[in-house]
Amino acid sequence: MDGQDQAYNFAYLDEQTKRMIRRAILKGLAVPGYQVPFASREMPMPYGWGTGGVQVSAAVMVPEDRFKVIDQGADDTTNAVSIRKFFEKTAGVAVTERTGEATVIQTRHRIPEEELGEGQVLVYQVPIPEPLRFLEPSEVETRKMHALEEYGLMHVKLYEDIARHGAISTAYAYPVKVEGRYVMDPSPIPKFDNPKMEMAAVQLFGAGREQRIYALPPYTKVVSLDFEDHPFDPSKADHPCDLCGAEDSYLDEVIVDDAGGRMFVCSDTDYCGTRQANGHRGALAAEDAA
Amino acid sequence: MMGDLTFDSSRALEGGFADVPVHSAHAFRAAMECMARPGRIEDLAGGQGPEPLSVAASVLLLTLCDPETPVHLAGDHDAGPVRDWITFHTGAPLVGPEEAMFALGTWAALQPVDRFAIGTPEYPDRAATLIVETDRLEAEGAVLTGPGIRDQAALSLPEVAAFQANARLFPLGFDAFFTSGARVAALPRTTKVR
Repeated sequence: MDGQDQAYNFAYLDEQTKRMIRRAILKGLAVPGYQVPFASREMPMPYGWGTGGVQVSAAVMVPEDRFKVIDQGADDTTNAVSIRKFFEKTAGVAVTERTGEATVIQTRHRIPEEELGEGQVLVYQVPIPEPLRFLEPSEVETRKMHALEEYGLMHVKLYEDIARHGAISTAYAYPVKVEGRYVMDPSPIPKFDNPKMEMAAVQLFGAGREQRIYALPPYTKVVSLDFEDHPFDPSKADHPCDLCGAEDSYLDEVIVDDAGGRMFVCSDTDYCGTRQANGHRGALAAEDAA
Repeated sequence: MMGDLTFDSSRALEGGFADVPVHSAHAFRAAMECMARPGRIEDLAGGQGPEPLSVAASVLLLTLCDPETPVHLAGDHDAGPVRDWITFHTGAPLVGPEEAMFALGTWAALQPVDRFAIGTPEYPDRAATLIVETDRLEAEGAVLTGPGIRDQAALSLPEVAAFQANARLFPLGFDAFFTSGARVAALPRTTKVR
């Protein structure tokens, strides 16, 4: 608490707002995958910059937390740095880039490579929480579809992918079914991350502009939608990381010159950095060091 | 309420959080871990309402209730000092069981539990949360499985049949906290009990 700017209430939000968000989180945990409406507040950052995640983080945070923020896996991008600074200032919490040391991790579009454990909370920033929204624009209708468990349209969409492309072409925000009941948008994480969602940590999802909170308790059954003859495939670039040599991590493709040169690197900067510190080297790592 | 002759200010004004943002943050985190991991028992601290309120029930009320959350008091908990304390510290309206977002009492006093809101198919979140005061709370007795539980958990529930019936209503149904002294545990509607 020493570092907290006393001009702010702890973690920025007023207490009544936090209570409202906390009640929504509890109901979200009680009905996994169901989107709980909440009265999202104006935050000192624009919609699209993680206002939903920030409000959820503010509601769960305690002064003793160690906070980590990633944007597409990276701790050092603008969005991640500014949210980390926001909570350093308004909550006085310690921050870290180490996945294993963090107690609350706010993420935009990735799940860390390192397995999360009990005692950790993963907070997702969600742009469009409704998985059926691009199939059915009406909120009244999508709410009815969830109530009636009427998810045929989603399977038609995935089937049309197969008919047109020979495979399900959805590569991120790949829809999942939670505990055999609600179809849920996992936020725009790559489908590579979907199998990790059955984890020991608590997962909370905040959509600020769309005013929805949803949640997954630990060990909740999360199944990516698929067909018997086209099973779910959590694919990634068929390449090891060029910096740390990891073959099991999700990779970003980076263009490195004007001649079409490119390299693949881990999107999870902490995972890649820790591996390099432990002596692992990829194909292009030596050049970089020279 | 201040003009009410039965209002005992010395008791009603005490027992709130000394440091509201920090105490409520710790209390919520513990309550969230309980709801996310059914059967897990946590300790709550920082608040104490008048008898027969336990510390844990007092802290849950201070953490979760405000003028937007109608509260129902059942049985011995529906007493003047408790009503005054809740009104002063949370501003929550005190209501009948059907309108309640939170209901507080012993398991016997809360019967019949089918009076409480279980949500609607469109809005299953609009369901009551019961705060059940118990004499003892231990990780033994009824066997729990479901979301939040890796293999299975155990919790000393006041009965089994009512929670089995409640789980069959999923995604509708009420959710419950159990409190005993400073201890708290939770049982969401997703948990299967045997």
